Amino acid sequence: MSLTIEALLGMYRTMVRIRAFEERVDDLMMKGLIHGTTHLYIGMEAVATGVCSALKPEDYIASNHRGHGHCIAKGADLNRMMAELLGKATGYCKGKGGSMHIADLERGNLGATGIVGSGIPVATGAALAISMRKEAKVVACFFGDGAANNGAFHESLNLAAIWKLPVIYVCENNQYAMSGPAREMFAIPRIAERGSAYGIPGATVDGNDVLAVHAAATESIRRARDGHGPSLLTCETYRWKGHSRSDANRYRSKEEIAAWQARCPIQRLRRYLEELDGLDARAAAAIEGDVRAEVEEAVQFAEKSPVPSLEGAEADLYA
Amino acid sequence: MREITYKQAIQEALREEMRRDERVFLLGEDIGVYGGAFGVTLGFLEEFGKARVRDTPISELGIVGAAAGAALMGMRPVVEIMFIDFSTLALDQLANQAAKMRFMFGGKARVPMVLRAPQGAGTGAAAQHSQSLEALFVHFPGLKVAMPSTPADAKGLLKAAIRDDNPVVFIEHKLLYNRKGPVPDGEHLVPLGRAEIKRPGRDLTLIAISNMVIKALEAAEILAAEGIEIEIVDPRTLVPLDEATVLDSVRRTGRVLIAHEACRTGGVGAEILARIVEEGFDYLDAPIRRLAGRDFPIPYSKVLERQVIPQVEDIVREARRLLGRAGGGKRNDQ
Repeated sequence: MSLTIEALLGMYRTMVRIRAFEERVDDLMMKGLIHGTTHLYIGMEAVATGVCSALKPEDYIASNHRGHGHCIAKGADLNRMMAELLGKATGYCKGKGGSMHIADLERGNLGATGIVGSGIPVATGAALAISMRKEAKVVACFFGDGAANNGAFHESLNLAAIWKLPVIYVCENNQYAMSGPAREMFAIPRIAERGSAYGIPGATVDGNDVLAVHAAATESIRRARDGHGPSLLTCETYRWKGHSRSDANRYRSKEEIAAWQARCPIQRLRRYLEELDGLDARAAAAIEGDVRAEVEEAVQFAEKSPVPSLEGAEADLYA
Repeated sequence: MREITYKQAIQEALREEMRRDERVFLLGEDIGVYGGAFGVTLGFLEEFGKARVRDTPISELGIVGAAAGAALMGMRPVVEIMFIDFSTLALDQLANQAAKMRFMFGGKARVPMVLRAPQGAGTGAAAQHSQSLEALFVHFPGLKVAMPSTPADAKGLLKAAIRDDNPVVFIEHKLLYNRKGPVPDGEHLVPLGRAEIKRPGRDLTLIAISNMVIKALEAAEILAAEGIEIEIVDPRTLVPLDEATVLDSVRRTGRVLIAHEACRTGGVGAEILARIVEEGFDYLDAPIRRLAGRDFPIPYSKVLERQVIPQVEDIVREARRLLGRAGGGKRNDQ
């Protein structure tokens, strides 16, 4: 592994930032300060972090309903994210999108979508634009195991394959499509096997191992950037929290959740960094303190921000 | 003025815009060597090559979504959906992505794409290849909807749609493809959102859409022989809708008939009628009447197909009736 300690610490900080942001969102939701629904990324931090750290700043991502981690890993401003979740005028979408629709076009985040699988065709089209303009950029498209059973997945992977588009399809298999267990919703053991149906490589990695994700993503991105087309990367992971606010966890056991929590992606990287003498308890506490302060500042910013108005909304509808 | 067909007008618009702007490209099923099911893109592959005339698999959702994604990145894709009936396969990408991205992302995104599709009955193609679905698209804020009735409008509106920074559903009528009409030489643009009075008249405002404009013009000739002068207003685009031109006509005539081929229930005629009632009730001398397709899937038999779609004689009869003339008949179910 050629990653420097600095690079590893950067990944660690990103993962801790995602965790801290999501825990605060969970808390604000419980207090009723965030309305609507929210899908938390806790437990899956290594996937967004591993993939986005392998991208260049000029590359793109397409996110989904469980998208806060993708935004943060692609460098989003926590203030504007939190303001969006609180429905404020200073949010990324001026309060018109909310948790499921954060887009950060300046940083190459093409946006999140609340309909499972529906970001896959859009990501494919973005890669088509890149390909037609002969740019050396790549799109990383995030979606879950549930989306891999949607028609949009199949149509898009085939299109990208026949046109050799610079896109990597990152399937975050968190084991459940809402309550539907992947083991029951697929008749194949590994979702990545579907790559072969479209003539593209499919790989499966431990999605709680940020280094494994980073290495596999780096390979897929290189392939895409070199004009060899798309690939399907499945990251095996787990969401610790329920699907959304309404989830009572009736479809899985406490033991199962605890077993996955014992495989925490953040603790795993921390142990690795400690072995390398790249991180000690004091440094880890400092990082933790920094990001908690950042998140608090984001909450303050969001709370103090003005509510939006419908004035001028027509210009936000039609260009 | 030179006369060309509606299809040639569409071809001119596409060719001119593709020559003018290299971001414009086509994608759709069988649009390359085959030239599209109705031959609209015949010859385009030879001129523009495979990269800009992209034959796709039969993946309507995938290609409309790909167009939305490419548009989000600054390209200007024009998707051909072979029959508008198949647009239902792509509806999520059109209605939930293309139409909404700009708004839900807070006004930052632009999605300059065009979805072209032929619609309409009259070819004996039965229920899944003959529908008129404009009402569906009108109901999604964020989309624009154009429905040209003449070659000149087809050319001018398509060029405007391609240059527009929003997703535009451009609905062609199959029966119009080979119909000729005058089209100005050189650059010809028709702005989206401007209705045109296709025939002036003092007695009755007939708001007609797409191929119904052609039938309305025929009906107007028959009525003129009886001394009835109907004014035919062609909205040309349903979103944006040129309410001012419609209301101005209603103010002058006091009587309104609305004609479209799409089925009556939930049809755009109801929307236009409602707006006239809301904004122009005082101008009305008689209740507004609608002529629309009957609420059936389009049947196969030529005899039945004709009966479910408003015809010239239906327009004539309704116009007479609204004006209290002989031959107006009693209530009819159309």
